[in-house]
Amino acid sequence: MGNFKKLELAVGAFVALGLAAFFMLAMKVSNIAELGEDKGYKVTARFENIGGLKVRAPVTLGGVRIGRVAGIDLDMRSYEAVVTLSIEPQYNQLPTDSNASILTSGVLGEQYVGLEPGGMDEYLMNGGSLKLTQSALVLEKLIGRMLTNAVSDDKPPAKTP
Amino acid sequence: MSATAFASPSDPPAESLLVTVRGLSFHRGDRIIFQSVDLDIPRGKVTAIMGPSGAGKTTLLRLIGGQIRPDAGRIEVDGACVHELGRKELYQLRKRMSMLFQSGALFTDLTVFENVAFPLREHTRLPEHLIRTLVLMKLEAVGLRGARDLMPSELSGGMARRAALARAIALDPMMILYDEPFSGQDPITMGVLIKLIRTLNDALGLTSIIVSHDVKETASIADYIYLISEGLVVDHGPPNALEGSNSAWVEQFLHALPDGPMCFHYPAPAYAEDLALREEPSCD
Amino acid sequence: MIDGLQRLGQLTLGWLNRLGRATLFLLRLLGAVATLGRRPGLVIKQLYSVGVLSLPIIAMSGLFVGMVLGLQGYANLVDFGATSSLGTVVALSLVRELGPVLAALLYAARAGSAVTAEIGLMKATEQLAAMQMMAVDPFARVFAPRFVAGFIAMPLLAGIFTAIGILGGYFVAVKQLGVDSGAFWSQMQAAVGLVDDVINGVVIKSVAFGWVANWIAVFEGYDAIPTSEGISLATTRTVVNTALVVLALDFVLTAIFFGV
Repeated sequence: MGNFKKLELAVGAFVALGLAAFFMLAMKVSNIAELGEDKGYKVTARFENIGGLKVRAPVTLGGVRIGRVAGIDLDMRSYEAVVTLSIEPQYNQLPTDSNASILTSGVLGEQYVGLEPGGMDEYLMNGGSLKLTQSALVLEKLIGRMLTNAVSDDKPPAKTP
Repeated sequence: MSATAFASPSDPPAESLLVTVRGLSFHRGDRIIFQSVDLDIPRGKVTAIMGPSGAGKTTLLRLIGGQIRPDAGRIEVDGACVHELGRKELYQLRKRMSMLFQSGALFTDLTVFENVAFPLREHTRLPEHLIRTLVLMKLEAVGLRGARDLMPSELSGGMARRAALARAIALDPMMILYDEPFSGQDPITMGVLIKLIRTLNDALGLTSIIVSHDVKETASIADYIYLISEGLVVDHGPPNALEGSNSAWVEQFLHALPDGPMCFHYPAPAYAEDLALREEPSCD
Repeated sequence: MIDGLQRLGQLTLGWLNRLGRATLFLLRLLGAVATLGRRPGLVIKQLYSVGVLSLPIIAMSGLFVGMVLGLQGYANLVDFGATSSLGTVVALSLVRELGPVLAALLYAARAGSAVTAEIGLMKATEQLAAMQMMAVDPFARVFAPRFVAGFIAMPLLAGIFTAIGILGGYFVAVKQLGVDSGAFWSQMQAAVGLVDDVINGVVIKSVAFGWVANWIAVFEGYDAIPTSEGISLATTRTVVNTALVVLALDFVLTAIFFGV
């Protein structure tokens, strides 16, 4: 039965290898580090247009990720998009007049919320809201604006009698 | 042709019957294999069931073993009606029966030793050293104790059958069914097998049922013979009684005559017509 | 025309008949699985045979597939200057689709066909009948261990395939093509969700495929006609049927988990 011992060893190694593979997938490949958080505090921001922003999109300040988009809702009375941001607890010194913009990262266009700090001494707390916001740029509107500008530039100067 | 088993004085006495078959009918597709067959297998004796190829002899063994069910009739083994048993009881019954398959049917991934030990390991909780002793005893009985570590692929046909026989007696069954044990064997191996079957039967008090079409070999060790053809029992009796039978069919079978009631020619249209030989119209 | 319809009807009935037999077989098989707790040795032996022995082909194929993904991904992303997303592309492709599906197909070809052939041969050489006559249930002794071992092995093999594939992609992308190593891993980690992608992808899919592939492999062996032609037919059937069912099931699972 010595053969069986070798067999058992091989099978054990195989199972271990398989589990190690899954471990690697969990650790190195996926975003497991970011699970089990949401100890962050919630701040809302209202936008006219959120473009392609999705839940779990990053929230950055100065390019550093400080939180995630926790939820996206629509306020039917003011017809504004209400975005709930979850900011990590260690970043608790955001002035209340900070500005939230919806920006696009890179060419392939994943959208995120970028914060610019304001100057007030009061800081945002859980349940607070950002008043200054800039909506996502909608490509068609941009082009439309460009065209109308171009047309008005081309208009011949008013004739003076 | 007589189809009952009760008529002649050479019949085995009723109390010592291990297997009784009454009115067995079985068909497969639209072929009738057994019409209404009666058999008595006496305890402690070697009974042979012989007949031409395709007569359903192997099917009969499967019916006795409960692997298939008859369409009609009754098969009783040691008082229990085989095809009415539930799965558990059937398995219990099968522990007391053994079957030797035509090819031996050894498990190809186990050594000879492991093959013989298989029934012991599955059905008993004997400690390892006892199993070893029993296995070696069984192998010794068939003369293969030295071959215990070989794999089935390394055995000759005859040795494979002997090993399978050792496995068949591992649990000391009350009955062994032999499916064509002699087919395709060289004379020496055949001699060995013949001797083994008879000796084991007497030494271990077994009941043996041999299904075969090797007349000479089987008749030399059988106590009782049933001849089956076309779904019926053609004749039965001890070997010497059958020798003197006045049935032409029995005579053809027992003496291996090429032509007789079993035609040499498969039915065909007239020879001359087939060759398209006919009178040419004369050219006048 | 009527003949054609009749033929179609016959085929459908035949197919339904087969499916029914396969289901009854499965039920009996599952009943026998319960008895395996006392005989782990049988499962371990089969785990070696279908798991360990499948490792070479799984590992090598995973490596090559990952490397190809790296190459192809690079070729397509470089025009957009988006090669930093290569890690994401390689990982998501493997984790969501290629890992479980290809591993299942390779498994069917290597292990599934072997199991079918083995069982078919045991049937043809009367070993199964001998076992029955010895009052040993082949379902408990032969079929259930193979099914359970394969069911355990399949997700492990899919995981190994996926992990090695990602490493292969890393090797090609970073070492050969000069993609930034940090970008490769960090973008991947940002994009691949543990539950959304890894579990819904590799884990759940490979478990489902393992169930199907092993069920088919064991059943086809059990149902084979006990001649050499019959066994050859059964083996082919295993590979073909497993492939078809796995791909169809993949579509369903993808629609459920990754559909928009």
